[in-house]
Amino acid sequence: MADSYLDNNATTAVDPAVVEVMLPFFTEQFGNPSSMHSFGNKVGHALKKARKQIQALLGAEHDSEIIFTSCGTESDSTAILSALKAQPDRKEIITTTVEHPAVLTLCEYLEKDGYTVHYLKVDEKGRLDLDEYKSLLSDEVAIVSVMWANNETGTLFPVEEMAELANAAGVMFHTDAVQAVGKLPIDLKNSKIHMLSVSGHKLHAPKGVGVLYLRRGTRFRPLLRGGHQERGRRAGTENATSIIGLGKAAELAMEHMEYENTQVKAMRDRLEEGILAAVPNTFITGDVDNRLPNTANIAFEYIEGEAILMLLSKAGIAASSGSACTSGSLEPSHVMRAMGIPYTAAHGTIRFSLSRYNTMEDVEKVIEAVPPIMTQLRKLSPYWGEDGPVEDPEKAFAPTYA
Amino acid sequence: MWDYSETVKEHFFNPKNAGAVENSNATGEVGSISCGDALRLTLKVDPETEVIINAGFQTFGCGSAIASSSALTEIIKGMTLDESLNVSNQDIADYLEGLPPEKMHCSVMGREALQAAVADYRGEVWTDDHEEGALICKCFAVDAVMIEDTIRANGLTSVEDVTNYTKAGGGCSSCHEGIEEILAKVMEEQGETFTAPAIAAEAAPTSTMTNLQRIRRIEMVLDSIRPTLQADKGDVELVEVDGNTIYVNMTGACSGCQQASMTIGGIQQRMMEDLGEFIKVVPASQMPKQAKAGA
Repeated sequence: MADSYLDNNATTAVDPAVVEVMLPFFTEQFGNPSSMHSFGNKVGHALKKARKQIQALLGAEHDSEIIFTSCGTESDSTAILSALKAQPDRKEIITTTVEHPAVLTLCEYLEKDGYTVHYLKVDEKGRLDLDEYKSLLSDEVAIVSVMWANNETGTLFPVEEMAELANAAGVMFHTDAVQAVGKLPIDLKNSKIHMLSVSGHKLHAPKGVGVLYLRRGTRFRPLLRGGHQERGRRAGTENATSIIGLGKAAELAMEHMEYENTQVKAMRDRLEEGILAAVPNTFITGDVDNRLPNTANIAFEYIEGEAILMLLSKAGIAASSGSACTSGSLEPSHVMRAMGIPYTAAHGTIRFSLSRYNTMEDVEKVIEAVPPIMTQLRKLSPYWGEDGPVEDPEKAFAPTYA
Repeated sequence: MWDYSETVKEHFFNPKNAGAVENSNATGEVGSISCGDALRLTLKVDPETEVIINAGFQTFGCGSAIASSSALTEIIKGMTLDESLNVSNQDIADYLEGLPPEKMHCSVMGREALQAAVADYRGEVWTDDHEEGALICKCFAVDAVMIEDTIRANGLTSVEDVTNYTKAGGGCSSCHEGIEEILAKVMEEQGETFTAPAIAAEAAPTSTMTNLQRIRRIEMVLDSIRPTLQADKGDVELVEVDGNTIYVNMTGACSGCQQASMTIGGIQQRMMEDLGEFIKVVPASQMPKQAKAGA
């Protein structure tokens, strides 16, 4: 049996139908869409179609609200830096402790430049306190940037409600929606969201293309200035082939939206149920009743994630982990820490993220492979006894030398 | 995905000596759950000979932590305690055919567990000699704590200093921003302000030598290299010194030799080390005409 890929929140396979629409634009349709001849003209028309397809997926009112970028990170940086540049008197930013590094690292960098960043805390299920949020909204705030869905746990934030609140307070609202777009129905025209980031490769389009949705009338300062591409809001020759692929991927995501929220969700639920029934000292992290349909984040206590991933990989299963070791840092995932997940579990969190390409066979294979792996590693663990954790593990094994 | 050697994978998938040794008489525990690495090493030591008869490990950690633990127990079995104390973390890494720089701390943890176990057997108290920080320089595996301590102890004020003392930043140079941040932090604590040059490391010569003294010094460095070149039937001749640029003629077998550019690189390195300034060694054939005329 071929390897099973359950790491779709990291990246996805490009849909064959997407590859097919892209191919001619590498060869005979190579023109620059800005050119005044037939070579350029055809590409220009194809980009226009792609823009419409994205507009439809996001439920945007105008296709001119779609700006193509190189990736989700560029969209995030463009949005936040634009808000600061356009409103030089406002020196505060509101975001959350569990954002993707694309936002978090930028915010930490901006703090060094004198900006004040408010990081909204989350509870043990990864939920925000909206009262804390409301109390921070003021005319000092340049922008609120809050993710739609968390990449590690799939937990959803009430971004539509938060955008309403920001808008009422006269504050711009941006959401990093790279995990949500294509998995959840989105209707931007009936929201107060000013800016939204999309990443192509999370929804079966290629890597190297993203979108920044920019609500008409939102004050904007480009990150890249130069040519007139994207109406002067993002200079640089268009990545035409990938944009065309992203358009097709958006169309396919619309077609599969119901499948994602029924069949894919059913696979995810079966996976969690099967693993939890077979492996003791295991729990689901995040807001179980309010999350993406494809994401399962499971904490296996007293064992370390990278070791789990290596054994899963040997069994032909691809997933990812919030352990410190997988990233080479000393701390486990900031998302797990923000939720107060104890270290004994945070290092052993494994994320399985599915897509429409997975099958129930994949799921059953994982359910079968996981229990012996956990038994094998727990046998090696100084925190695990004969058939359960040692009594009061953090005290029983607490080396004096760290 | 880490680029683990086959040996690391083998020791991870099929670890040797997993579990606690029965009737052990020495235990070493290191690591912490917060860092995601913890290791308990148990030994059975022959009281007569101090030979390690058996060794076992229990490890909470990543693939390389488990592999390092397994390798450690294999290496030390049969050694006397004194012999085992000569096992360095590099020995553990070598046994595993290398570890990625981010993972070298796993081998350090193995060595520390061993030291702790030996201390336990001898009724001594073992003290950890370093604290570990976030990895800054990936080329030479130098962490933040090491850089910070070195800056503080030696009053360092530039990235170049840090590279000279710790090697950090001496490779690909991607970590220079991180090093500058640490410099700024430590210097601020000491009431100083870190300022960086606009363009990196082409520092002005700091020598107080006269031109003549400097040229004599350059000749001396060349003289010290000459025997090596002559052994290969070649030689080197100083043609001109123009600021930081030294023009030389490679003669004999060295002229037109495929290795000439490498040799020139080696001479340049020696010059920089000896003169303590940035030096460019260039073949005389590339000398501008004006300089040749002695202008």
